Amino acid sequence: MTQVLSIHGLTKRFGPKTVVDDVSFTAGTGEVVGFLGPNGAGKSTTMKMIVGFLTPSAGTAVVCGHDVLRDPLAVKAAVGYLPEGAPAYPDMTPLGFLTFIAGVRGYDGPDRRKRVERAIEMTRIHDVARQPIETLSKGYKRRVGLAQSLLHDPTVLILDEPTDGLDPNQKQVVRELIRGMAQEKCIVISTHILEEVDAVCSRAMIITSGKVVADDSPANLKAQSGSGDLDEVFRKVTANA
Amino acid sequence: MRNVNLVFRREFAAYFATPLAYIFIVIFLALAGILTFRLGGFLDREQADLMPFFEFHPWLYLFLIPALSMRLWAEERRLGTIELLLTLPISMTEAVVGKYLAAWAFTATAVALTFPLWLTVNYLGNPDNGVILASYVGSLLMAGAYLAIGSMISATTKNQVIAFVVTTTTCFILTLAGSPAVLDFFSAWAPADVIQSIGNFGFLPHFQSIQRGVIDLRDLIFFGSLIIIALIANAIIVDWRKAF
Repeated sequence: MTQVLSIHGLTKRFGPKTVVDDVSFTAGTGEVVGFLGPNGAGKSTTMKMIVGFLTPSAGTAVVCGHDVLRDPLAVKAAVGYLPEGAPAYPDMTPLGFLTFIAGVRGYDGPDRRKRVERAIEMTRIHDVARQPIETLSKGYKRRVGLAQSLLHDPTVLILDEPTDGLDPNQKQVVRELIRGMAQEKCIVISTHILEEVDAVCSRAMIITSGKVVADDSPANLKAQSGSGDLDEVFRKVTANA
Repeated sequence: MRNVNLVFRREFAAYFATPLAYIFIVIFLALAGILTFRLGGFLDREQADLMPFFEFHPWLYLFLIPALSMRLWAEERRLGTIELLLTLPISMTEAVVGKYLAAWAFTATAVALTFPLWLTVNYLGNPDNGVILASYVGSLLMAGAYLAIGSMISATTKNQVIAFVVTTTTCFILTLAGSPAVLDFFSAWAPADVIQSIGNFGFLPHFQSIQRGVIDLRDLIFFGSLIIIALIANAIIVDWRKAF
């Protein structure tokens, strides 16, 4: 395991409100970290700061050796990011969209085509690759977003609610994809679904009111509760928020 | 440059992916034709020039350009793709310039399609083609200035209607800044120097001097610096408000 992600005292304030409060942790390859927390806990905001979309009020994130404050473009080049809701240009086809992303990621000619094909194959969107994204189902849209984040085979993947709003079959596809990549990558996912953590994560961080209140393997967290129920741990640590 | 080119090509293609491009071009050409022949009296004047055509460009642009520029950033905000775009390894400058140039190139395409008028006037008489070329340059510069202002305003909101209305109003004031309609508003209370500088911001005098066939460096600098300043403000606004 090599350490590829280190977060130092990350803080975000919007006016008087502190949304993310002094979050620090490190993670390495082979880890799937699950950000778990109620809506509005600061999961997305933390992710947006790690990938260089939002500027932290304090602290910083270092991704693959690049400091996001000093060299945001290097971080953006290194990381794969799926924003919440998997936004994509609705009038483009997945093929056109991914070709655009691959170009921006620095690929050209046959290499660019190969990258796009590989991402399409990994996320199994071949059947819809040539129809406008706005006509796709939620599940396919999410997978197009995933394909976009995987294009450059990044070591660090940040996925904001990758399975939110998907039906059980679609969830299964996305989870298998994440599990399949877990070995050689450092993956951070956010979710408010507890079973998700059980299904894919090797480490769960419970975040509430912008603070990390628990950070352990899902198994250990369950053991703490006595009843072996992750739900109970979650309720217990987030109750006084 | 590579990224500017990539953003430019994606944006430019996006116009043609929806009916927007075709509707815009058809309406632009139809209105330009009607204004030139009916209001401008193109044929009745019996003069071999395109004065009646270019004369109406500022007014055509006044409501057609905001219709193009309103989507530039407001739509990215509404769709959430702004988060995607700004987490790709692209600098803010590349994103702003790429999008802006695409809108400008699209406008240039629409303007270029008025070439039958140029053919007509050359068929009917012997116009000064140098003046016509200068007028096209002036027209595109003015369109570029409207677009830069529109792009900047589009960056402030996720509502395209707001972007449209505010841009039209701003451009209207800037177009007429040198005329009594706007100056009277200030003359009652502002010092003469201020009124003078507001007057200098009027688009019309700059456009009209180019339209006469004189490409004066001062007019180029006026439109050029206006475009650059609006785009810098555009980048700052996007950066500052990207969370909302």
